[in-house]
Amino acid sequence: MELSTISSNLLYASFFLYLIATFFFGGTIREKDAQQKESKAGKIGITITIIGFVAQVGYFITRWIASQHAPLSNLFEYTTFFGMMLVLAFIVIYFIYRLNVLGLFVLPIALLIIAYASMFPSEISPLIPALNTHWLYIHVSTVSLGQAILAVSFGAGLLYLIKTLDQTERTKKNAWLEFIIYTLFAVIGFIVITSGFRLGGYEVTFEVPAEGEAMEASTVDYTLLPIVGPTDGTLQTEGATGPLLEAPSWMQGEKAARKLNTMIWSLLVGLVLYVLARLILRKRVAAAIQPKLSRVKPSLVDEVSYRAVAIGFPVFTLGGLIFAMIWAQIAWNRFWGWDPKEVWALITWLFYAVFLHLRLGAGWHGEKSAWLAVIGFAIIMFNLIAVNLVLAGLHSYA
Amino acid sequence: MNKIKCECGHVNPEGTVLCEACGKPVEENQHIDGNNENKLLNMRYDGSARRSKTYNKTIVDKIWNFFSSVKVGVWLIAVTLIASSLGTIFPQEMNNQSPLPAEQYYEENYGMAGQIYYQLGFHDLYGSWWYMILIASIGVSLVIASIDRVVPLYRSLKKQKPKRHETFMKRQRLFGQAEYASEQDYHRVIDQLKERRYKVIQENGHVLAEKGRFSRWGPYVNHIGLIIFLLGALLRFVPSMYVDANVWVREGETKMLEGTEGEYYIKNEDFIVEMYDENDERYKESIEKQGGSVPKNYQTNAVLYQRTDESLPGVDPELKQVKEGEIRVNEPLKIDGFAIYQTTYQLNEFKTMTFKLHERSDADEQSIGEFTVNLVDPKSEYTLDNGYRIELYDYYPEFEMKDGVPSSFSKYPKDPAFVFHVYPPGQEEPEVNFLAIGSNLDPSGENQYKIGITDLEMRDVTGLTIRKDYTLPFLGIGGAIFMIGVIQGMYWNHRRIWIQPKEQGFWVAGHTNKNWFGLKKDLEKALDGTSVEPPEDQQELKE
Repeated sequence: MELSTISSNLLYASFFLYLIATFFFGGTIREKDAQQKESKAGKIGITITIIGFVAQVGYFITRWIASQHAPLSNLFEYTTFFGMMLVLAFIVIYFIYRLNVLGLFVLPIALLIIAYASMFPSEISPLIPALNTHWLYIHVSTVSLGQAILAVSFGAGLLYLIKTLDQTERTKKNAWLEFIIYTLFAVIGFIVITSGFRLGGYEVTFEVPAEGEAMEASTVDYTLLPIVGPTDGTLQTEGATGPLLEAPSWMQGEKAARKLNTMIWSLLVGLVLYVLARLILRKRVAAAIQPKLSRVKPSLVDEVSYRAVAIGFPVFTLGGLIFAMIWAQIAWNRFWGWDPKEVWALITWLFYAVFLHLRLGAGWHGEKSAWLAVIGFAIIMFNLIAVNLVLAGLHSYA
Repeated sequence: MNKIKCECGHVNPEGTVLCEACGKPVEENQHIDGNNENKLLNMRYDGSARRSKTYNKTIVDKIWNFFSSVKVGVWLIAVTLIASSLGTIFPQEMNNQSPLPAEQYYEENYGMAGQIYYQLGFHDLYGSWWYMILIASIGVSLVIASIDRVVPLYRSLKKQKPKRHETFMKRQRLFGQAEYASEQDYHRVIDQLKERRYKVIQENGHVLAEKGRFSRWGPYVNHIGLIIFLLGALLRFVPSMYVDANVWVREGETKMLEGTEGEYYIKNEDFIVEMYDENDERYKESIEKQGGSVPKNYQTNAVLYQRTDESLPGVDPELKQVKEGEIRVNEPLKIDGFAIYQTTYQLNEFKTMTFKLHERSDADEQSIGEFTVNLVDPKSEYTLDNGYRIELYDYYPEFEMKDGVPSSFSKYPKDPAFVFHVYPPGQEEPEVNFLAIGSNLDPSGENQYKIGITDLEMRDVTGLTIRKDYTLPFLGIGGAIFMIGVIQGMYWNHRRIWIQPKEQGFWVAGHTNKNWFGLKKDLEKALDGTSVEPPEDQQELKE
């Protein structure tokens, strides 16, 4: 078997192992004994998680050998690695706090991230000169680890909010919490719809007229049924259904219309899934989860959420700012250039600085701190996804 | 100054909330840390006397208090954060490759929103005066807030005594009364705390066990790092602190290295562009998807020379070779603090063109004579052996028609065009020939002779950037100190456990600046094997 095949099989294996582990962590909330440390399901869960992690490390190493460079060079590789680091961060935090239920919140996030990653082109690609240096590994892996540890704080924050928000009434807070849960459904929506059309082998092509600096008409391939087509685009594929709408003309940038189309699909499918969930549960999703968390100690969850920031912040600073600046000085001859990715790394850093000051200096504990953890993760995700896909800059390597 | 004398005998500075020695609350100052409203004491700065909480009369006091406030600091960071995000909505002017001027660029590309963006000055947001003021305010806040806290905190931790006031003990988050504890238990706890690497100080049976105090200085250390970093960044406004220059060097050419004030010269021996092999099994699929060629390497083989004579205008420099090396992306060549970066390139610029003259009517185009034009430094006249004379009447290195008139887009020979005047032997009136790539015109229509291109030589041009930055050491040191401080503050905790002997048994209280889970585990281990129950978490009980 070819090495690259072994590599992707190992990635599949790790994905399913994480999935199975999640169910075991889910099982821990049913166990009767009060002592979490004794939990059998928890022990099995963490064991399977570790095996999954080892499998994913196997994926990483084999792919490294196969591609002759560390697999950290495009969105697929980076996002997969981010998922792997999230699992690593979870394992570390697990052994500090032995909080089984955290697995039920962090592992699904890792699963979503890995599934999301596999929606991007995954073939082994060569390194362009700008990326061809050891700083690629040093910078990217440290940033990723830092962000992953910070993401654990999100998992714990979400757990805290679901556990503690008063679900007896309809409040703004509950609505926001449901919104966060909905965004997770939208990610599932993205994965479902992308793989669905991919299985069906769907593809249509649009021709887009010449505009601005481009002298020639260009084509845009859609792999999802076009709800929104490119501005002034004409459908080239025979027998295909045309777009319902055209993208507004102010939407610039490469393939902006296609990205908008993908986003609309994800949000719609996410909405359908969410509504289905609501219909089945007959209450808010958070309200349905809350009773299962009766044995969870909020103060411990709060501490985990904060601890993850305390551990992750220095790592993120080192990778996302310091190593980033050193590499930028070497590759682009300036350590800082206000590129969108750089600015959003700075924003992430400033945000967690605020988090720490509010926590340590102004006593923001518990719920406030949990909301901050959620916002922080939203910023990280924005930098990971939106900055690469939406804002044009030097980091658009996808 | 109104010193405050505590009942334990210790004299505290004005504004003290908790006695530095015994921790007894100073009654009239309890509002400062909000202790009057809570059961537990606010231990954030150990109840030490901070200037910002003590004086608020003069303008200096007010400025001091403003910048030392955590609230103000957080707001400053939050506003900077939001402002920074605004700058990423559209590209910043400095990162913009478009040839259009900014006032047109934003409107044309982003319409109304773009125009507003430009008019608000967001196209150069990070260079705007108000953004600078924000950053500077954060810097001032860092300095003042740190001094405000670190000095009294240091004093307080220095003066602390093992013997604590009862109120202090009772109002700690972790507090327990072990009435039935024995003498043996007492010693066992002390021994087990020592085993857990606590520093134990005893005074008349009162015990202070402490660990990780140095982590309390972490925030101040990292703030010092940030201040050094910001000062380093500020130094960039001093022009002599850094050099940023560009130079284009053609293959085979030796040029003065811009930015070195004529001290160094560089020769471009060869410029290389390598592409990945499209048939390489490994990357085949990906290269195909990316539409063919994926670059692998951009490289200049360079030789560096140093000028040995006095730099005089008009005098050819005497050069001594000092270094030879390859400049690649990610691998700048360094000399004497200068770093030379591979930034850009231009492939296949014309170097020379060779022409021949022949009779227009000659079907074989037999050459009457040949001449070669150096396209960078052309001569104005070429005399052929057999008496023919050719004048280069006009030369356009990069030809374009502008408003119906031939002109040159740049001075670089990328698409040259020529107007030659041909003087056959003995003739006074020239024949006019116009030549460009792919066109050969005879404006009069009566020319007897014709000029044709027989040969051309091409070469690559490398675009290099020269940098020297004296601010980098400051940034490096600042960054390193920040990392040390942040790790010191985040990865260690300051834990303290107090034991107070009573007529029956003893009391235990514990405090940590963070990670209560860890402190509780320590206490559990310390009390292991004794009859003492772990102290209660009085905050958790409230939940």
